[in-house]
Amino acid sequence: MSLAILTKAAELGLIFAVLSLGEYISFRVMDNPDLTVDGSFATGGCVCAMFTINGNPILGLIAGFLAGCLCGCITAFLQTKMKIQPLLAGILTMSGLYSINIRIMQGAPNVSLFSSNTLKPVWTLLSNANTQLFVLIGIVALVAFLLYIFFKTNLGLMLRATGDNEEMIRASSVNVDSMKFLGLGLSNAIVALSGALLVQYQNFADVTSGTGMLVLGLAGIIVGETIFRKHTIASGLLAAVFGAILYRILYTIALKLGFAATDMNLVSAVLVAVTISIPHLKKLRRKNRA
Amino acid sequence: MLKLEHINVIYNEGTKLEKRALDDVSVHIRPGEFVTILGSNGAGKSTFFNVITGQAPTQSGNVILDGKDITHEKEHIRSKTIGRLFQNPAQGTAAGLTVEENLALSAHNNASLFSFAVKKKDIALFQKKLKVLNMGLEERLKTPIGLLSGGQRQAVALIMAVLNPPKLLLLDEHTAALDPKSAKTILEITDQLVRSEQMTALMITHNMSDALKYGDRLLIFNDGKITKDFSKEEKEKLKPADLLEFYEV
Repeated sequence: MSLAILTKAAELGLIFAVLSLGEYISFRVMDNPDLTVDGSFATGGCVCAMFTINGNPILGLIAGFLAGCLCGCITAFLQTKMKIQPLLAGILTMSGLYSINIRIMQGAPNVSLFSSNTLKPVWTLLSNANTQLFVLIGIVALVAFLLYIFFKTNLGLMLRATGDNEEMIRASSVNVDSMKFLGLGLSNAIVALSGALLVQYQNFADVTSGTGMLVLGLAGIIVGETIFRKHTIASGLLAAVFGAILYRILYTIALKLGFAATDMNLVSAVLVAVTISIPHLKKLRRKNRA
Repeated sequence: MLKLEHINVIYNEGTKLEKRALDDVSVHIRPGEFVTILGSNGAGKSTFFNVITGQAPTQSGNVILDGKDITHEKEHIRSKTIGRLFQNPAQGTAAGLTVEENLALSAHNNASLFSFAVKKKDIALFQKKLKVLNMGLEERLKTPIGLLSGGQRQAVALIMAVLNPPKLLLLDEHTAALDPKSAKTILEITDQLVRSEQMTALMITHNMSDALKYGDRLLIFNDGKITKDFSKEEKEKLKPADLLEFYEV
């Protein structure tokens, strides 16, 4: 495998590291499997694309982030105020977002970032092929660092405790509903940022880009957790980042070995299913032996 | 301090399963009182606590805390002034957070949301509070609390409940899940803390000798009513065997 291919894999891995960091909040910290991701990832990309073709690439990233936050808040609203089951709430938001995403792109299912005057992609932080790797490393490090700091503050502690022991938090003067808005909002905001980065990286936004992202992000977390096993926040964040990068590199190797790119959703799904069922299978084996 | 007036709680009203969990209960708890509560299963003890904390909706009646009617106040608002400890130690602490993070969570009820939760000056305070327990927990501030034993977790939960001394402390069989030795330790620490912080406390227990040994008033629940209310003097004359005639164990 050439260095160029490896660099490309690492770059995409870094973009998906942001995705895994976002999902880490809902899946691990809040223990609230959130299916909004497939929708909010695409929303982040679509919103960012519209800002970028209008000459505001940095604003595009910020707007994508905020749009994702809004998506998460919709799911939180359905969960807490409308008492809809968490899984269904996520599915409803994700499904509705498909239509919204096409509206955002003014009716088109995809948008290209190539300028019609110069026939070149418009400028973004990721335009320069020589620096894009470092820009992405910077962004991932910044997001992970800010999350680490956040989880050590009073508010971060409340959020973590809500995922750990909701009943205790209910009995301790914290509004659990607000924590769900905060957690899902933040999680989807970061997921959407990942979607926005991918759009600027590929110079292309597509309404279907979110499909399979939930499982992909989760696969990153799970791969990372085989390396970083401690159940601390620092370890969890490192697992999300390095797991996502490693998973992307493994993915690239698999493609080289002759897997079709379209097979990868299945591979990710099987990986996640098997890994999650391992503790149960181990228990069964112990039972059979006894 | 705490007044309950004509509280009625009916579960599954209007169905065959209708159950009158609390039947026109009125009681007045005075400031600084440490009240123990006995009663058979289903007598309404826990519902009584749930009405005070707002977890159980009342059909009628008023809950008045410190002169303020809190009958319709939300649970998380009330819990600013009411502390509660449960039977299961896992319920009172967050397993994935360390000992110091759990303590910080209850110490900083009103602190700025974006400042660091565990500060240097807190650590000294936490160590001082944990030393009282005599369990060596002051050395284990960085341990995730899920790795501690049930007794240790309950001890930390107790310290958490009194870090910001609440107006009212509710103890819901908080030693029932512990081994006898830890149970005794936790009870003694509870008594000590309630006295030193001059808290008003209510304690549900299944242990008759504990109910007589601790506290300065004893309530007995039967079928959703308070059927006996012993003052400190009356309580001191009672023996565990005497209690058998007041309720079914």
